[in-house]
Amino acid sequence: MRPGAQLWIGAGLSAVFLLAALLSFAWTPHDVTALNIADKLKPMSATYPLGTDHFGRDILSMLMVGARTSIAVALVAVGIGVGLGVPLGLLAAANRGSLLDEVVMRGNDLIFAFPSLVIAILITAVFGPSALNAILAIGIFNVPVFARVTRGSALSLWTLDYVLAARVAGKGRLRISVEHILPNITNLLIVQGTIQFSLGILAEAALSYVGLGAQPPTPSWGRMLAEAQTMIYTNPALAILPGLAIVAMVLGLNLMGDGLRDLLDPRVRRARG
Amino acid sequence: MKQLTLAAVLALTAGIAHAQQDTITLGMVLEPPNLDPTGGAAAAIDEVVYANVFEGLTRFGPDGAVQPALAHSWDVSEDGTVYTFNLNEGVTFHDGTAMEADDVVFSLDRARAEDSTNAQKALFAGIESVEAVDPLTVRVTLAEPNGNFPFNMAWGDAVIVAPESIETAATEPVGTGPFSFSEWVQGDRVTLTRFPDYWGEAPALAEATFKFISDPNAAFAAMMAGDVDAFPNFPAPETLAQFQADSRFKVIVGSTEGETILAMNNVEPPLDDIRLRKAISHAINRQDIIDGAMFGFGTPIGSHFAPHNPDYVDLTGLSGHDPEVAKALVAEVGEVRPLRLMLPPPTYARRGGEIIAAQLREVGIETEITNLEWAQWLEQVFTGKDFDLTIVSHTEPADINIYARPDYYFQYDNPEFQEVIAELGVTADPDRRSELNKAAQKMIAEDYVNAYLFQLAKTGVADARIEGLWENAPTQANDLTAVRWTE
Repeated sequence: MRPGAQLWIGAGLSAVFLLAALLSFAWTPHDVTALNIADKLKPMSATYPLGTDHFGRDILSMLMVGARTSIAVALVAVGIGVGLGVPLGLLAAANRGSLLDEVVMRGNDLIFAFPSLVIAILITAVFGPSALNAILAIGIFNVPVFARVTRGSALSLWTLDYVLAARVAGKGRLRISVEHILPNITNLLIVQGTIQFSLGILAEAALSYVGLGAQPPTPSWGRMLAEAQTMIYTNPALAILPGLAIVAMVLGLNLMGDGLRDLLDPRVRRARG
Repeated sequence: MKQLTLAAVLALTAGIAHAQQDTITLGMVLEPPNLDPTGGAAAAIDEVVYANVFEGLTRFGPDGAVQPALAHSWDVSEDGTVYTFNLNEGVTFHDGTAMEADDVVFSLDRARAEDSTNAQKALFAGIESVEAVDPLTVRVTLAEPNGNFPFNMAWGDAVIVAPESIETAATEPVGTGPFSFSEWVQGDRVTLTRFPDYWGEAPALAEATFKFISDPNAAFAAMMAGDVDAFPNFPAPETLAQFQADSRFKVIVGSTEGETILAMNNVEPPLDDIRLRKAISHAINRQDIIDGAMFGFGTPIGSHFAPHNPDYVDLTGLSGHDPEVAKALVAEVGEVRPLRLMLPPPTYARRGGEIIAAQLREVGIETEITNLEWAQWLEQVFTGKDFDLTIVSHTEPADINIYARPDYYFQYDNPEFQEVIAELGVTADPDRRSELNKAAQKMIAEDYVNAYLFQLAKTGVADARIEGLWENAPTQANDLTAVRWTE
């Protein structure tokens, strides 16, 4: 596949979900919090484009609002990762070999050493299941990822001539980090952010599948999947649709991430010739 | 050669004919915390041991009627205060010791002792003394006449245990029943085997295994794969239609003693206000809950009483679905904080909770749903009373008397009601008992103590070749004495 095509397909898929999520703020075909038991388990029809679930809620509307939940959780989680991880990585790189560097990197190792989903379950078990705690749990695991990427690429920049020039000019380490290093690693961070975003969507779905993510009545793809499980033989669409949504969204983001890397990362671009 | 083949065929068919199955594997949702029915409240204990391992003086039949068990008959004195139980001869415990009047005295004295951990001490509260007249006769003297005493003695909490083995009953129960305990693999299963020296009619089954499967999906898969032969309380009502359509299985739908209620914290504001409790009761659409959460299995109730009971009064009209009335009451009460709705794991609670939350939202009452595991629920809601709303099914038979206990988790405190229950406890006259039962039902319905949702249905799935499983659940039990394979 051409790098360009990959990017556009990925961006297109992601955009569909993003638009659906945005649209759901203003309009959904049906109200997702109102239950209509009389209309439960209806097949696809003009009124209910994708049918209804066991409470008579419109699946399409639930998928739209579910996209909102997924995107919101993943977005904030990536935000936490960037907000904490990038400064830590910059600091560590600026003070390479110092105690600070050691503390930051070993701290990262420590978080990396635990399986992320297990810790997420622990956090939600201690503080109670909610979308907010799911965000926190997923966000914490984004911190070391961003810290590492930032430190690694920042270190290679610190050896370049223009940084040396800036140091000679008397700029402080902090100022150099912000003015010269950060702008030059933004591309990398965007690529990493896209990948982490898709992982966040997956993690949110997993957590709500086991009942630790967004709580009812907030629709969420993972919970839709879990609730449909016992009905998989009688009403397979109930499980297939949210499953497809998760797959399509994650696939889209991954394709977009790969495409962005090809486009933005000079090393990959050069290697491809 | 031909002869040989014939002989082989004969041997084979004979083998098949003899291979009538005499073992069964039953699925249960919850694992019992221990196996001593006289020392724990969990329904799962009785579901394993009642009528199988342990027996009482009397017992419940499949229809809920009180039948003789260890006592083949009993006489009541003129004034109704002295019960003389005549015990069966030749009854032995599984450890070989004889079951005699002394064991009955021990069991009843132990249950009513001050330091007793019996979950239903009220059953024994009226006993003044228990004496062994001779090895086969026990005389129980009551402080006041109690027409319900043989009923009380039929409960799983009133089974007869032996002083020799009671210390280890929690993990190695020794009773007088047709099955003896053989193994408990924690987290997985309990196995019982036929007791060869059983005093009564020997059961058809030689071995029974209770397998604990809490996840509805896993339960469905286990049933489909034949890993379990029967699931008397199947946790996924939405799949019953599929079992019904499959000739390998039969679906057994009956009634239980489970009044499923939306319990409310009667002392904590804002639910100490009867207007708000009434609003909630009117906001709820029972049929929607039964259809949406239980896929149509369940009977609406208007008070804490089982519809199949002859004294039942239909009070659903007192709290019929009427959002307008509910809205008006909410407006009268004014601003209400979001109510915490605590949901234990069963389907009726988790799904019912979502429906109720939506119905309450429609009349302007916001809720915050929290899903709890049973252990958390028992600690926080049942013991800690730290909740606003919760959904639970009370599966004990004739348990309206819990409303006479002000310290019970929903904390309803009405002296008038307590008097009714006290009188009920000492009344033997059936007409008066019926009157009191009806009055009690009406009182708690008019006080809107809780919102009464529906009588839990017993929805079981079994291999089509099994017969003798209870259709209804007059008490929490999986009585295996009459269960057998038909082919």
